[in-house]
Amino acid sequence: MPVSVGVSLAIILTVAVTTFATRALPFLVFPKGKAIPKTIEYLGSVLTPAVIGMLVVYCLKDTPVMTAPHGLPELIAAGTVVALHLWKRNNLLSIGGGTILYMVLVQTVF
Amino acid sequence: MHGYKNAFKKAFPYTIPVLTGYLFIGIAFGVMYAEKGYSAWWAVLMSLLVYAGSGQYLAVRFFVPGISFFQVIFMTLMVNIRHVFYGLSLLGKFNRMGKKRWYMIFGLTDETYSLLCTTKVPEEVDEEKFLFAIAILDQSYWVIGSFIGGVLKSVLPFNAEGIEFAMTALFIVIFLEQWMEKKNRIPALIGVVSAVVCLQIFGSGSFVLPTMIVCIGILFLLRKRLEVETCR
Repeated sequence: MPVSVGVSLAIILTVAVTTFATRALPFLVFPKGKAIPKTIEYLGSVLTPAVIGMLVVYCLKDTPVMTAPHGLPELIAAGTVVALHLWKRNNLLSIGGGTILYMVLVQTVF
Repeated sequence: MHGYKNAFKKAFPYTIPVLTGYLFIGIAFGVMYAEKGYSAWWAVLMSLLVYAGSGQYLAVRFFVPGISFFQVIFMTLMVNIRHVFYGLSLLGKFNRMGKKRWYMIFGLTDETYSLLCTTKVPEEVDEEKFLFAIAILDQSYWVIGSFIGGVLKSVLPFNAEGIEFAMTALFIVIFLEQWMEKKNRIPALIGVVSAVVCLQIFGSGSFVLPTMIVCIGILFLLRKRLEVETCR
């Protein structure tokens, strides 16, 4: 271990408390029993699809597009996930199929 | 207790995609942490107390002599700041959950957030227990994955390169499911386009917060229109 047990624990606790704080903030600002403003209610309902759209991009953010293989494995695998899902609408098939194809692509083809 | 057994049984199939993804990225985390010289139990401890995918990957780098705690807090805030906005969609649901809501808030990772917001609760099960079961199952996959990674260290029994794509695939599937409901399409597009634009401007290390701000701004500008669509 590069640092002592005490410091290691302190680091873990600091990361834990900071992470929890980011997740708890809205609940501290709008506690139980306090009416949720209409504006926040609206935001809550439209934010989910927007966040999920962002998360898809987030997952692919480090894909190198300018250098070989130009994000081709990601593009092919993502396309396969979409195609499988539109075809069978079976989560496991879409995710499993896309992931295995991606692994084959990065390990053997590209 | 019977209610819980039923809730876990009903919730399990919905969590299978997260099971796949979390086991593998959990293993990757366990391996990374073990390479720093920490046993599997340390990985388990961190996954129990912190429970954040990208947050824990980043945290592995904090374990160096002379690390400043200010830096630990600042970096953790930067990578997790998007979570500040997640609770806004779940205020009503969680506030009905009594003391359990503190665990629900703690467990609000990207994946659990997505499941909680998009899964329709089956009819014959108590909503509260069902949501709680999803949260507990998801974290248990994460903890188990980290443990396996910590034990295996770098000697994975197979070449796992590319396995992290499971997470991307999960979000693509959730995205498609959202897309099938017409009212979600404009917000979904706003999310994708703002993220792509902000990624170009701010780079992959710091585009998330600007993206969230831009999204919220545009969602407010389109409020009249989107509210009408939601009510239709």
